Amino acid sequence: MIEDYSRYVSETGKELKPSGIRKFFDLAASMEGVISLGVGEPDFITPWNIREAAIVSLEQGFTSYTANAGLLELRQEISAYLDKRFGVPYNPSNQIIVTIGASQGLDLAFRAILNQGDEVLIVEPAFVSYSPLVTLAGGRPIPVSTSPANGFKVTPEQIEQQITSKTKAILLCSPNNPTGSTLTKADLEGIAKVIEKHDLIVVSDEIYAELSYDEEFTSFSSIKGMYDRTILLNGFSKGFAMTGWRLGFVAAPKPLTEVMLKIHQYTTMCAPNMLQHGAIEALRNTYHEVEAMKRSYRRRRNYVVQTLNQIGLDCHVPGGAFYVFPSIRTTGLTSEQFAEELLLQEKVAVVPGNVFGESGEGYVRCSYATSMPQLQEALKRMQQFLESRKLVSKA
Amino acid sequence: MKLSSEEIEILRIMEENHKISVESIALMVMSSEESVRKTIKKLEDDKIIMSYPTLIDWSKVEGQENIIAMIDVKVTPKRGVGFDEVADRIARFPEVSSLYLMSGGYDLSITIEGKTMNQIATFVSEKLSTIENVISTTTHFMLKKYKHDGVIFSSGDEKDRRMVVSP
Repeated sequence: MIEDYSRYVSETGKELKPSGIRKFFDLAASMEGVISLGVGEPDFITPWNIREAAIVSLEQGFTSYTANAGLLELRQEISAYLDKRFGVPYNPSNQIIVTIGASQGLDLAFRAILNQGDEVLIVEPAFVSYSPLVTLAGGRPIPVSTSPANGFKVTPEQIEQQITSKTKAILLCSPNNPTGSTLTKADLEGIAKVIEKHDLIVVSDEIYAELSYDEEFTSFSSIKGMYDRTILLNGFSKGFAMTGWRLGFVAAPKPLTEVMLKIHQYTTMCAPNMLQHGAIEALRNTYHEVEAMKRSYRRRRNYVVQTLNQIGLDCHVPGGAFYVFPSIRTTGLTSEQFAEELLLQEKVAVVPGNVFGESGEGYVRCSYATSMPQLQEALKRMQQFLESRKLVSKA
Repeated sequence: MKLSSEEIEILRIMEENHKISVESIALMVMSSEESVRKTIKKLEDDKIIMSYPTLIDWSKVEGQENIIAMIDVKVTPKRGVGFDEVADRIARFPEVSSLYLMSGGYDLSITIEGKTMNQIATFVSEKLSTIENVISTTTHFMLKKYKHDGVIFSSGDEKDRRMVVSP
């Protein structure tokens, strides 16, 4: 019997830190009656027409493999969608790969471009998977910290400060998880100049593209000179409320998709056939539902941001996604203490900001992808928590 | 009537839940409570907000179940007023919960509600059929309500199956 498996476990595997979200999930899941603002997914169920299309495809027997890159029909729809919505034309036959969520797209992108020791700039606070995925691909994640003074937007100067001779790429996520901050076209144009100057590749996570509330979303690859330097990641999870389907796609210049496709075919083969039929329906006939969901999120964002500010937690107005990232600095607690004590005392789950990187310390992520009555109750409880502990210095 | 985007937004919020507080609506549309109150009053005055009904599934309440029938009515239109005069007359009966002018095989579609089958039969035979210009009626009894005014009755869809915390 083997008692110590450590010699069998890879060094990379050993060094990976478990996600801070996991730890918090275990605590929250062990309690009853918790109102959760900790979820990173829509509270809407996938629109019925999409579910129905997948059911029909099963009834019709679409149970085989598809092409490695995904059904051509779906890639054509994705191509039309990217062109029509964001003005970025990609050839469906050799520039688009259907992936198992945008997460697999990220993995493919890093594995395709990184050599051992290559550095990737990660704008923080950032989605928990970015740095580990860079590490798994042999690269070195280098954080670029942002601050609330600038609405958590990264500036060209902040990027430039972190660039070394080993820097290969930068990962951008706009609208951002966890801050919800959204880069405007002008912001992206400023960043593009640095990218060009230092000859970098951009991995652009655009999974929240459909959830941009105050202005039209701009795809990084639509910025002048950036099409050739961008690996665009997107998917159906957030905008179409299809998180559990695990369907995403990656679009990039042909020499990069060729490499990604090789990795994809050896590791994954293809995305599930029947689900790809659902995705075709999503792109063809779900415009009204997507718009309605977006309107609903926007209302809730306004409600939550203003109420947080009223109860004494400073919160910037995020331009997209479905998260707010209020400061809890006035309470004198660390983000982990705040989240844990709020959960234990008032049974409201929020995610400590430090799990998204060092610059997230002093903040908590609250998702407003939950019903208005739940949001109202959660905010009432947060106010009780602050008042009972006299945790906010201002009125 | 052309409405502002804020007015439309307020209507949408109230369509989902008319019990929501003015304070909450004001926060959701980023406006003042005073302004929202004024907008709602204006929308009521302009008859854009018609009423605030509560959607109740009476079939779940013992002793309160209603019998609902939909009646297709053929009518001879009257010179000068078409179907309007007879439709207006039928609409005034309290038993009638909705009334529409239809295209196709018949002219008016009426929904009526009653406590007993007999009550509905009496309404059709004694009040509706005897109206001048009503040529014929076909009564369909509603057996079960699955969806009404966009709301699905008795569906498990609204259950939140998400994990408590996720990335």
